[in-house]
Amino acid sequence: MRDMVTSVAKAINWNRLEDEKDLEVWNRLTVNFWLPEKVPLSNDVPSWATLRPEERQLTIRVFTGLTLLDTLQNGVGAPAMMPDAITPHEEAVLSNIAFMEAVHARSYSSIFSTLCSTKEVDEAFRWSEENPHLQHKARLVLEEYRADADPMRRKIASVFLESFLFYSGFYLPMYWSSRAKLTNTADLIRLIIRDEAVHGYYIGYKYQRGLEKLDEAKRAALKDFAFSLIFDLYDIEAKYTAELYDGIGLTEDVKAFLHYNANKALQNLGYEALFPPAACEVNPAILAALSPDSENHDFFSGSGSSYVIGKAVATEDEDWDF
Amino acid sequence: MAGLVYFSSASGNTARFVAALGLAADRIPIRPDEPMPRPAADHVLICPTYADGMGRGAVPKQVIRYLNDPDRRAGLRGVIGAGNRNFGATFALAARVISEKCHVPVLYRFELAGTETDLARVRSGLAKLMGLECLTP
Repeated sequence: MRDMVTSVAKAINWNRLEDEKDLEVWNRLTVNFWLPEKVPLSNDVPSWATLRPEERQLTIRVFTGLTLLDTLQNGVGAPAMMPDAITPHEEAVLSNIAFMEAVHARSYSSIFSTLCSTKEVDEAFRWSEENPHLQHKARLVLEEYRADADPMRRKIASVFLESFLFYSGFYLPMYWSSRAKLTNTADLIRLIIRDEAVHGYYIGYKYQRGLEKLDEAKRAALKDFAFSLIFDLYDIEAKYTAELYDGIGLTEDVKAFLHYNANKALQNLGYEALFPPAACEVNPAILAALSPDSENHDFFSGSGSSYVIGKAVATEDEDWDF
Repeated sequence: MAGLVYFSSASGNTARFVAALGLAADRIPIRPDEPMPRPAADHVLICPTYADGMGRGAVPKQVIRYLNDPDRRAGLRGVIGAGNRNFGATFALAARVISEKCHVPVLYRFELAGTETDLARVRSGLAKLMGLECLTP
């Protein structure tokens, strides 16, 4: 809320909402609050020892790449969107987002201190500063976070960071988890994924509210920008992915996951998919690792899984937990 | 007569899915002071999920209000859930809650505004179901 400096200073009143989504998302984020200390990462020590040296190096590098994105979103991305906020409540939600990004960045260091040697970790941080692809994607996003850049383009870049750029990294702990390795680390990563999903959804929602105020020409220009940026970022991600995952033969599998998440990022902005369904067939083991215990018994897929109807329960207002 | 009823919040993901589906559908209003749709016959509900990390609040309040009417509930034949796999175990949880409360099957689940594959499956699934139930979409 840029005008706070020049006009009357206003206190935030959460009992007068201009946009109910602000409170809904604030509540969701605060209820979901967590810290890495809650996850028993040390249970993964025996599992870590079963990884081959190159698998360990890959894992540490992937996590430093993720740390870098969280660091940017904490220190630059979310604060840069605060002056663009339309409502004071939006600004408060962004401050929560900024802080949780710091928690995410901090939690990778908890994983490192639990599982890895200082030497391995220092090497990976150095790698993250020297890796051209990682630095290139950071530069593209930071370009849009500059104070003089367009606020709507800033939201586009931010949604792509939250809903697309993380996924070349998130793939790996989901993969290990599907093979019963580093399962506690995967639990922690799932908490991060859950938070990023709310962030991408909320920033994308605010972007769509912003679009409503613009004329057709400006809307078309922003859509062109969004598709060209996701294309550029995808190009970098494909190279980054190949460099990381060629060694264990998973590059194509990761790319399907990238396509799937690029489409979801575009949906958060209200846009249609870029990649066709055939390019987005994510390994079912990865999908199952993303949403474990979410039993699949739907009827239309005809996948052979039986559908089960729960026991009938009387529907009274007080039965519903809200 | 509409064979589909849906809820979509201001973010509009489910509304975009329903628009792409191209079938007649009634929207449950976002605001509590607006009138509820009155589906005249058997119908399917499409509902997104708003659960917190513990699964609380999965079913939107307006959908609860809609289902708290015995006549409307009597016509419910199944539920299609929307959500995001990134919410882990609570993915499309609202559909499972409604399935248990109202004793109807979870027909399908999709993410955000759905994909072409989701649209094709839901179209053919609904056609089959409505055929079975002698419904016209």
